[in-house]
Amino acid sequence: MILFDRVSKIYASQNRPALDAVSLEIEKGEFIFLVGPSGSGKSTFLRLVLREERPTSGQVWVAGKELSKLSNWKIPGLRRQIGTVFQDFRLLPNKTVAENVAFALEVIGKPKSHIKRVVPEVLEVVGLEGKELRRPDELSGGEQQRVAIARAFVNRPMILIADEPTGNLDPGTSADIMKLLDRINQLGTTVVMSTHDSNIVDQMRRRVIELDGGHLVRDQSRGVYGYAQ
Amino acid sequence: MRATFVASEVSSGLRRNLTMTLAVIITVAVSLGLFGASMLVRAQVTTMKDFWYDKVEVSIFLCSKGSDTPSCSGEAVTQAQRDQIKSDLESLRPLVQEIFYESKADAYARFQEQFKNSPIADNVSQGALPESFRVKLSDPTSYEVVASAFAGRPGIEQVNDQRQILDKFFRLLGGLQLIALLIALSMLVVTVLLIVNTMRVAAFSRRRETGIMRLVGASNFYIQLPFLLEAAFSAGVGAVLAIFGLIVTKAVVIDQILAPSFQFTSFVGWDAVFAIAPLMFVVGILLAGLSAFFTLRKYLRV
Ligand SMILES: Nc1ncnc2c1ncn2[C@@H]1O[C@H](COP(=O)(O)OP(=O)(O)OP(=O)(O)O)[C@@H](O)[C@H]1O
Ligand SMILES: [Mg+2]
Repeated sequence: MILFDRVSKIYASQNRPALDAVSLEIEKGEFIFLVGPSGSGKSTFLRLVLREERPTSGQVWVAGKELSKLSNWKIPGLRRQIGTVFQDFRLLPNKTVAENVAFALEVIGKPKSHIKRVVPEVLEVVGLEGKELRRPDELSGGEQQRVAIARAFVNRPMILIADEPTGNLDPGTSADIMKLLDRINQLGTTVVMSTHDSNIVDQMRRRVIELDGGHLVRDQSRGVYGYAQ
Repeated sequence: MRATFVASEVSSGLRRNLTMTLAVIITVAVSLGLFGASMLVRAQVTTMKDFWYDKVEVSIFLCSKGSDTPSCSGEAVTQAQRDQIKSDLESLRPLVQEIFYESKADAYARFQEQFKNSPIADNVSQGALPESFRVKLSDPTSYEVVASAFAGRPGIEQVNDQRQILDKFFRLLGGLQLIALLIALSMLVVTVLLIVNTMRVAAFSRRRETGIMRLVGASNFYIQLPFLLEAAFSAGVGAVLAIFGLIVTKAVVIDQILAPSFQFTSFVGWDAVFAIAPLMFVVGILLAGLSAFFTLRKYLRV
């Protein structure tokens, strides 16, 4: 599903690589934790999957396509197959919960009848039924992140990318969000999630990929957060 | 493509940035209005040239007794000279289209008729006006041929081309039209700069939306379309205002004010207005659309 082949990324303003010759493969249906200290290259890794950045060297393959060979007008098609969730939710403050989710479908030209059908469905999956008409500022942080997940998942993407999705949430709410991401993973979506939250990683016991200073230092199935704890 | 969704995005975009929208509309209206006006002046010059060049003549004034031009040597033209000039003119056909002979008496009568209500008519005596040949040319621009053949010949006091007087006048009008066009062009440049800036502000103030659109895989076309339509809409409204101004100019300023006061010439017709109006509209929309398109390419990248 995702294949990195000796991928390096050096940002124009930097001389130290943000990613240094990283090679790994992620299979369809896996749940991946991406861990490592701040600045180790986790967000860079995720942005490369989305083709928001291009590698300085090496190849990134997503869903059978080598991204550097993907022409510009095909990038939207790639991103329709990838859902994204961020620490800061990225909701539109002047739209309701239902409108925020519908927005993702409207802007890719889905018909109204389709939107009317799938938006309530996905809001039920994330447990927001009854809150369709609230605005983001009338929701708790956890609920806002559920809206963001609903928006990322409404297209039933093959891959869900989550960059520190629980970074702004308290432990209890984080656990709920993790249950939701686990459920989405069970529905067949590959989930790649970066996090600093050791409790979550230790509880879930999924594959852990650790980066440090741009190097891949650990790739462990059913791993824990810290190395030698 | 969801038309209602795009339409609601466009209208909310326009309202959110109302002052900018108004600024764009007004600038487009003013610059296109000037552009239209300069085109109208141009059409007017063409109309007047057609009208006047058709009427102008070359006048060959013959010597009267006491003329101090060297070719006259103080004597009136003789019959032999007069006949010679006439037959030489005839030999210049077909360039020379028509020849009228105007005697001193004819000249006096015409003068009295032309200045009937003016005191100068009384101050001119019977013999004071020279006799002349009035020549109409098939090609008014070939005046030089006639001038070089007749100027300075014995019995001819002066060869006069009305067209030269008109040309001065048309050069003046042409200059005015050029100035109007230059002002219009600089206003159009201002318009482009304003639209570029408006698009930048709009793209910046909606970076949250466009960022989400990019992430969920909206195409560039879909992301940029609302912005392009907003620019085109403002430009369209501005163009309609400018065209309205042009129509008012034709209906009121030209037809009601200028035409009655200057009956000796003709003015541009509605056909000119109907030719200029679509041009203004197209120029306005293209200008806005292209400047928006190139700005957005820079600010809303995939
Ligand atoms: N757009 C950019 N331009 C230049 N340098 C960048 C850019 N983005 C990231 N970097 C640098 O690349 C390195 C890796 O950054 P990255 O954001 O991938 O780290 P991270 O693991 O996500 O960190 P965190 O846990 O704090 O989110 C850092 O040294 C960072 O300063
Ligand atoms: Mg990060």
